Amino acid sequence: MVSLHTEKKTPLAWYAAFGFASSIAGLLLIMIAYLVWNGTGVWGLNNPVGWGWAIVNFVFWVGIGHAGTLISAILFLFRQKWRTSINRAAEAMTLFAVICALVFPGIHVGRIWAAYWMLPIPNQMDMWPQFKSPLLWDVFAVSSYFLVSLVFWYVGLIPDLATLRDRTRKVWRHKVLSFFSMGWTGANRHWRNYEKTYLILAALATPLVLSVHSVVSFDFAVSVVPGWHTTIFPPYFVAGAIFSGFAMVVTLMVISRKVYGIENLITIAHLEKMNIIILVTGTMVGFAYITEFFIAWYSGSQYEFYAFLNRATGPYAWAYWTMMSCNLLFPQFFWIKKLRRSIPFMFVTSIIVNIGMWFERFVITVISLHRDYMPSAWDYYSPTFVDVFTFVGTFGLFLTLFLLFLRWVPMVAIAEVKGVMPEADPHYYDEHHGDGHSGHAAHQVKPGGH
Amino acid sequence: MFKNLIRSSKTSMGIFDSNADGVYGLLAEFSNPSTLLHAAADTHQAGYSDYDAHSPFPVHGMDKAMGLGNSNIGYVVILGGATGLALATWLQWWTSQIDYPINISGKPFFAVEPSIPVMFELTILFSAFAAVAAMFAFNGLPRPYNPLFYSEAFTRVTDDGFFLHIAASDAQFDLEKTTEFLKRIGAMSVEVIHDHGVADMGIAPAPAAADTHAATH
Repeated sequence: MVSLHTEKKTPLAWYAAFGFASSIAGLLLIMIAYLVWNGTGVWGLNNPVGWGWAIVNFVFWVGIGHAGTLISAILFLFRQKWRTSINRAAEAMTLFAVICALVFPGIHVGRIWAAYWMLPIPNQMDMWPQFKSPLLWDVFAVSSYFLVSLVFWYVGLIPDLATLRDRTRKVWRHKVLSFFSMGWTGANRHWRNYEKTYLILAALATPLVLSVHSVVSFDFAVSVVPGWHTTIFPPYFVAGAIFSGFAMVVTLMVISRKVYGIENLITIAHLEKMNIIILVTGTMVGFAYITEFFIAWYSGSQYEFYAFLNRATGPYAWAYWTMMSCNLLFPQFFWIKKLRRSIPFMFVTSIIVNIGMWFERFVITVISLHRDYMPSAWDYYSPTFVDVFTFVGTFGLFLTLFLLFLRWVPMVAIAEVKGVMPEADPHYYDEHHGDGHSGHAAHQVKPGGH
Repeated sequence: MFKNLIRSSKTSMGIFDSNADGVYGLLAEFSNPSTLLHAAADTHQAGYSDYDAHSPFPVHGMDKAMGLGNSNIGYVVILGGATGLALATWLQWWTSQIDYPINISGKPFFAVEPSIPVMFELTILFSAFAAVAAMFAFNGLPRPYNPLFYSEAFTRVTDDGFFLHIAASDAQFDLEKTTEFLKRIGAMSVEVIHDHGVADMGIAPAPAAADTHAATH
């Protein structure tokens, strides 16, 4: 059922969607070319707001990616069997979101031919990166995260690619799938090492995902800008990342389960569980907003308190209250079971949550910068069309990659779903004395060596 | 001695040598994970060593039934993690303290505290790569050529087929007796797998490998 979608003739709707998505991705390329040709002056950045949409979008996309790892690694460690039906798509989403995120640090330097300075590569200038900078930690954190997510995803894919390989009758398809499935035969001697590796990767990805968004938050927290210099940032960023990521998974799953008719694999119960996580993390994030505000007042630092007062009542109050209502208020409706299980409601809410989370990053980045210590330096920031279309373009890139994934790769982890079915447990047969398709087995159940 | 070492490590990867007649082994199909599990336990008890169970998903208890211990991946991962940590420490210390020290706001050239994030990330990165590399190495993957692929029935191993393969390289292997044994422990069908040594596995429809003869009972 899952394999079928990669085998049948490509539906026309896929081509239409792909054409649409890739033309938006093309817009991204045009905007990047325009930026590189002219320099970062084409963005709305000014002087105090030296960080604008680029970092907002970067944090936004990295955050979206985190839900995939949470589903694939943390829920695996907690033995949450329901994760098997969504983890493949969620991991793919992680990879694509991180690719979108990596676009921004790559291009924000303006002179992208110097981007390799971020990496410790021996060079003719005899210069090394500045390891005391959180921005460099970010380079290591996000690139490690991408690479680990990639191998984790690929290792999970190997048995399923072998399934596709064994189903195909086309010579070239068979050759390509044979290459990528590496000669997998489902041998138990292999499963033994495979399962161990999968467990270890999950155990490694769990602290990794927590560290990545903590390091992202260090970009802010390690500086001395009012509104940024707080110790609450790492856990609050991680919660926010999971919150927005799950919302994105819900958005994508609601659409793809409908389009591909896999409502029996990705059930309402799965979606409901994700909505509960959205409710929990949304409340955590909302709690962090209020704590931040309280501490700003309680600290007695007038700059800190002004930064927060300015968020709520200043020229960007509209952004602040958008964030508050989208992230704190709307998820609270998920207390009601009926709404939690309503497809249209969760679809709308998941989009609202992601709007809210984008605004959270905007609030933190721009509002804190636009009015800092010196009133004479205060200014208002607004994005240019290049900012806007670059961001829109990353959605095109994301959708393009996701559509390619849906078309060419099994979107549900076949082997894992089989592994958690009751029929996969050897004891299942001990109780039921046989099964449907074993008519002529001489000795059905013979007491074994255990 | 050295030859034995190679042979045993290949066995642990599930790679077996075919015998002089070009027979790779016997492939028996079982009806479900339970019968496969018991069959594997019986095979182990009967003293076979060169055999493997193949299933679309890992069957719980199979490692014990086959008498396999815990996987050794963990040791490699520890080594990988230690390498990553050492490399990150050395990289940050050497570049900022030795090769090109720059005084930034009077901060020490090298200190542990600001170095921790990079140390942590590289530890994780190297551990993960070590885990995957060790998995491929211990499993002998990628393995594009496997005589089992000649079997038409074997394509179901990634769908709903449960197979036990006893290799011809096993000391106890005997075409007739082992076939008899497999049938006794509940095989639905037993097939002789020949090692043709050609890369084309024949995915053409209908009887792909003409000279593998299936003996169903």
